[in-house]
Amino acid sequence: MATDAADQHNGLLVEIENLHFSRGPRQVFAGVDIGIRRGEVAAIMGPSGSGKTTLLRLIGGQLRPDAGRIRVDGVDVHSLRRRQLYQLRKRMGMLFQSGALFTHLNCFENVAFPLREHTRLSQALIRHLVLIKLEAVGLRGARDLYPAELSGGMGRRVALARAIALDPMMVMYDEPFSGQDPITMGILVRLIRLLNDALGLTSIIVSHDVAETAEISDHIHVISAGKIVESGPPAALRESRSEWVRQFLNALPDGPVPFHYPARPLAEDLLGSSAGVGVS
Amino acid sequence: MIEWLRLFGGQTLAATARLGRSHMFLMRVLLGMPGLLLRPGLVVAQIYSAGVLSLLIIVVSGLFVGMVLSLQGYNTLVDFGAEQSLGVLVALSLTRELGPVISALLFSGRAGSALTAEIGLMKATEQLSGMEMMAVDPEHRVVAPRLLGGMLALPLLAAIFTLVGVFGGYFVGTVLLGVDGGVYWSQMQAQVSFTEDVVNGVIKSLVFGFVVSWTAVFEGFDCTPTSEGVSRATTRTVVHSSLAVLGLDFILTALMFG
Repeated sequence: MATDAADQHNGLLVEIENLHFSRGPRQVFAGVDIGIRRGEVAAIMGPSGSGKTTLLRLIGGQLRPDAGRIRVDGVDVHSLRRRQLYQLRKRMGMLFQSGALFTHLNCFENVAFPLREHTRLSQALIRHLVLIKLEAVGLRGARDLYPAELSGGMGRRVALARAIALDPMMVMYDEPFSGQDPITMGILVRLIRLLNDALGLTSIIVSHDVAETAEISDHIHVISAGKIVESGPPAALRESRSEWVRQFLNALPDGPVPFHYPARPLAEDLLGSSAGVGVS
Repeated sequence: MIEWLRLFGGQTLAATARLGRSHMFLMRVLLGMPGLLLRPGLVVAQIYSAGVLSLLIIVVSGLFVGMVLSLQGYNTLVDFGAEQSLGVLVALSLTRELGPVISALLFSGRAGSALTAEIGLMKATEQLSGMEMMAVDPEHRVVAPRLLGGMLALPLLAAIFTLVGVFGGYFVGTVLLGVDGGVYWSQMQAQVSFTEDVVNGVIKSLVFGFVVSWTAVFEGFDCTPTSEGVSRATTRTVVHSSLAVLGLDFILTALMFG
C-alpha cells in the first residue's frame, strides 16, 4: 500500500517496471520501464514490429509478461483475478487499429454496447449518452449507419466514441493515424487531444506517425529492440544525441537501422548459383 | 523412420493439446451459461439464426428422404407382402436414425459452418479482443448463447425433419404406390413407441446438437485470425462434427437399442 500511495503522489497512472515479454523464441521486451502521468498524452513510438501493440495488450491484461510489473492506477494488472481485471478494464478504453466495431450493429448500438452491458440505465438515458458521445466525435448524424457504410476515419471516430462511453480514466490508441487521409488525420489528432483535456483522461498513443503524434504528445517514449531508447517531451527528443532516435524522428532512410535487409554481398549473389530462386 | 516417428509424435501431441484446449474452453463457456437465464433474448436470437434460418434445407431434405425411404421400403416390403408395414418402416427409420443424423449433418453444414465463420471473423477483425477490453467476456457473451442456441435448435429441427419425412413417405406410399392411408397411420401408431423411439431420437439430436455447436464455436474461437485460418476452421467444423455425429450415432444406438 505504501507503494500505491507513492504512485498517487508521483501522479503516475501507468507504471511499467522491468517488463520482459517473449513471443516464442523472439524477445519482444527486455527490461522496459515507462511511467505515464495522469492527464498526459503519452506516445509510445517505434518501428513496425517493435511490440507497441503488444505493450498495450500487456497494459490491458490481455497478455501476461514473463517478468516485470505493470501497475495501472496503483494496481498490479497481472495480480488481479479475472473479475477484478474486468472491473479495471471498465475504466480503460481502447481504440483498436481496425476499430473493432461490431459489424452487425449500427453506430448507435456499437456505442451503446458497453453501456447496455455494464449499466442498468434506462433506454432514454442510454440514448442521450450515446448521442452525446457521438456528438463529441462529430458523428451524431451517422448513428444509423453500419460499420461497412463508414469510411476508415469515421469508423475510428465511432470506435473512439465507444471507447469513452463508460467515461474511462484512460484511453489507449493503437495506431490511430495509420492509413488515414490528411483531413481525417487532422480530425483524429485534434480529437485525441481535445477529449483528453476535456474529459480529464490519460491517453496512451502507440504510433509510428511521428509528426502527428509529436504534435499532441506531452511525452514520447521511443522503443526499439525491446528497450526504451529514449523518453522525453517531443522538443527534447528532436535534439536527441541518439543517432537511432534522430533517424526515426526525421524519417531518414539509412542510419543505425540499415536500409538493406542483411544479405551476402551483391556481387557474390549475382555471380553465384541461382539457388533460392523460387517459382511463384 | 525417426523422422516419421517425430512427425507422428508431434501431430499426436498437437491433437491432444487441442482436445485439452477445447475442453477447457467448454468449461469456461459452461460457466457463462447461468448468466443467460437473465438474458434469454440472446439465446432466442441464436435459435432463430441457427434454427429458423436452417428450416428450408431441413424441410426440403426431410421431404425427399421420407419419399425415398417410402419408395425403397415399398419395393422391398412388397416382395414379402408386407407393404402394410410401410408406415412403421418410415417412421422408425426417421425417428430413430435418419431424423437426428441427417438433420445433424445438414445442421453442421448450414449452421455450424456459419457459426465458425462468424466467430472466426469476429476474432480476425479484433471484435472479440475489443469486447474483452470493454470488460465483456466473449466466451460468455458471444459463445455461450450460440452453444445453447445450437443445442436447442437441433432437436427442434430433427423433429420437423422427421415429421415432414413421415408425410413425404405417406405421399409416395399412399398416393403413388397405393398403400392404404389408414393402414399407414395405424401401423405406425401401434408400432412406434414414444419412450423408446421418439425419446431416444430426441436424446440423440440433443447430443448431436451439443457436439456440432461445441465443435463450431471452438473452431471459430481457436482459429488463426486470418482469412485462410477462418476458411480452414470452417472446413474443420464440418468434417470433425460430421465424423463425430456418425461415430456417436453408433455408440448411442448400441446403448439405446443394442
